[in-house]
Amino acid sequence: MSSALLSVRDLHVDFTTYNQTHKVLKGINLDIPPHSQIALVGESGSGKTVTMKAIMGLLRQPLARITAGEMYYDGRDLLTMPDKERVALRGTAMSMIFQDPMTSLNPVFTIGDQMRTILKYADRRLGRTRSARERKVRVLEVLGQVRMRDPERVFQSYPIMLSGGMRQRVLIAMALLSEPKLLIADEPGTALDVTTQAQILKLMKDLVEERGLALLMITHNLGVVRETCSYVYVMNKGVVVEHGSTADLFAAPQEDYTKALIAAVPRLTGETRFGTVEAMR
Amino acid sequence: MIRPVLEVIDLCKSFPVRSPFGRLTGEVKAVNNVSFSIGRGKVYGLAGESGSGKSTIARMIMGLTPPTSGDILLDGEDIGSTGGSPAHRRKVQMVFQNPGSSLNPRRSVSQSITVPLHANGLPRADRARRVTELLDMVQLPASYAERYPHELSGGQKQRVAIARALAVAPKLLVLDEPTSALDVSVQAKVIDLLVDLGRQLDLTFLFISHDLSLMRNFAEKVGVLYLGSLVETGRTSVVFENPRHDYTRLLLASVPVVSAEEEAMRPRIPLIDGEIPTAEQLLALRKAGGGEA
Ligand SMILES: Nc1ncnc2c1ncn2[C@@H]1O[C@H](COP(=O)(O)OP(=O)(O)OP(=O)(O)O)[C@@H](O)[C@H]1O
Ligand SMILES: Nc1ncnc2c1ncn2[C@@H]1O[C@H](COP(=O)(O)OP(=O)(O)OP(=O)(O)O)[C@@H](O)[C@H]1O
Ligand SMILES: [Mg+2]
Ligand SMILES: [Mg+2]
Repeated sequence: MSSALLSVRDLHVDFTTYNQTHKVLKGINLDIPPHSQIALVGESGSGKTVTMKAIMGLLRQPLARITAGEMYYDGRDLLTMPDKERVALRGTAMSMIFQDPMTSLNPVFTIGDQMRTILKYADRRLGRTRSARERKVRVLEVLGQVRMRDPERVFQSYPIMLSGGMRQRVLIAMALLSEPKLLIADEPGTALDVTTQAQILKLMKDLVEERGLALLMITHNLGVVRETCSYVYVMNKGVVVEHGSTADLFAAPQEDYTKALIAAVPRLTGETRFGTVEAMR
Repeated sequence: MIRPVLEVIDLCKSFPVRSPFGRLTGEVKAVNNVSFSIGRGKVYGLAGESGSGKSTIARMIMGLTPPTSGDILLDGEDIGSTGGSPAHRRKVQMVFQNPGSSLNPRRSVSQSITVPLHANGLPRADRARRVTELLDMVQLPASYAERYPHELSGGQKQRVAIARALAVAPKLLVLDEPTSALDVSVQAKVIDLLVDLGRQLDLTFLFISHDLSLMRNFAEKVGVLYLGSLVETGRTSVVFENPRHDYTRLLLASVPVVSAEEEAMRPRIPLIDGEIPTAEQLLALRKAGGGEA
């Protein structure tokens, strides 16, 4: 056992569909120290989202099965702890930020209603009590933390009344409501324009630093990794093929897969040679 | 003087904006006085964020929607009267962003590719040979002719869409975000293929993308669209190394990059922190019919 906030050891996950079993994760190892910014990067289907769901305890059983491995949060064994404790951790100690603001927000309730409800359930799980007024104060405070100019107006708004960037910031605010120690973001901002995405990434980086959080950033975009994280795990076909500090890994990738992945990214300086990607598949 | 393959002159397109009850409340100028031209065998890039008018320009060039005003010349001929006709379609074809939805799931690859050949009046006997030839061009085995879209990967679907576009031997290919749904390794292969095909077939490309890094490596010239207007145009290398318009600078400053060299060439401007209206907020305002920005 390490001093990591979250550690994943030799995690295996199988999916069974139509009586066929697919090995989707084949022995994942990850360590997320407190206050660290860690990226999990890989191409479509490599198993990033499944890893995230396994950590959050959101895999749908019996379709998905953890067949081997261990996971520890703050030294506590996630796979053997009672369901009630597991549920209490989710959304409180570890929080998630989803990719698509439109599908994760309910169009018929105001942002304020949705956030107050989330807070109420988080409080209940933690055995905490707060009056309705105190909840509103907390929600407005967090909306301010994600740099909303007018938290009161956002509180009263329906999702449709906000821009894409504002909705993404609402999702970040929701994840921060119960002061988690670990934030897991699955492709945040990929649905947004590049100027808005840059702001969201900067906001996440600032928040993580200000609030001393640990961040697990899940993405297929190597540029996003380099902008936001100091350590990176590269995933391919259900295994971690390489990991290291962002600076080292980008400067001197060791594995052919990582080399090819980095080479395939077009460069803003215009010296990309297409045709170097044969090693990939 | 050699005539450009495509000339777009003072192109404008407005859409009516209606209230929820159908009352006309104003108009959106989706495309505002846009002019550019593309020489034979060249790649011209149109860059811009969501709602800037890229697809609307593409649709007008394809004859799918009429301009409010302005002219589009293909090979020197005004498409005004021929827009969308078979003669027009033989000159220009389009590849869309999402290969999944642009291919009919109930048609085999061969059937998809031959749709434009029917319109083109190619005798039945020659069609099979042409399908094999086209699949070969996009580096797919001839046996793929009998596959259906669900049996293909994203990159393979996009190859089929390219083969279909090439079936009538067009001069101009309009690519609207052709790789934005693909993984980077697959994207690299598709771009590779397009570069090759461009050389082999003397094709001219209009390449639409919000990915500036990709554009830098594929397009010789670039136009930056903002709120329907071209705010900056020029050789891609010049525009990227010396952006003059604030919006171009903001776009370049926002690109996530993978090397120190790229970081060094990125303009250094503080990324707006929700205090000043962002490009996105201006666009949202305009989409809501809020008038000129
Ligand atoms: N519900 C499911 N049933 C069956 N297989 C699944 C299911 N969810 C995921 N998989 C399989 O698990 C593998 C990993 O999927 P995952 O969603 O983790 O990929 P990812 O790395 O998040 O990709 P993306 O970048 O496309 O989001 C894929 O091969 C996928 O087909
Ligand atoms: N049929 C239509 N009716 C009304 N408004 C339209 C229509 N088509 C486009 N618009 C508006 O015109 C503007 C330009 O849209 P367009 O689809 O050309 O943008 P784009 O640059 O292709 O964006 P994206 O990157 O999201 O594809 C937008 O404000 C859009 O809402
Ligand atoms: Mg995923
Ligand atoms: Mg478009």
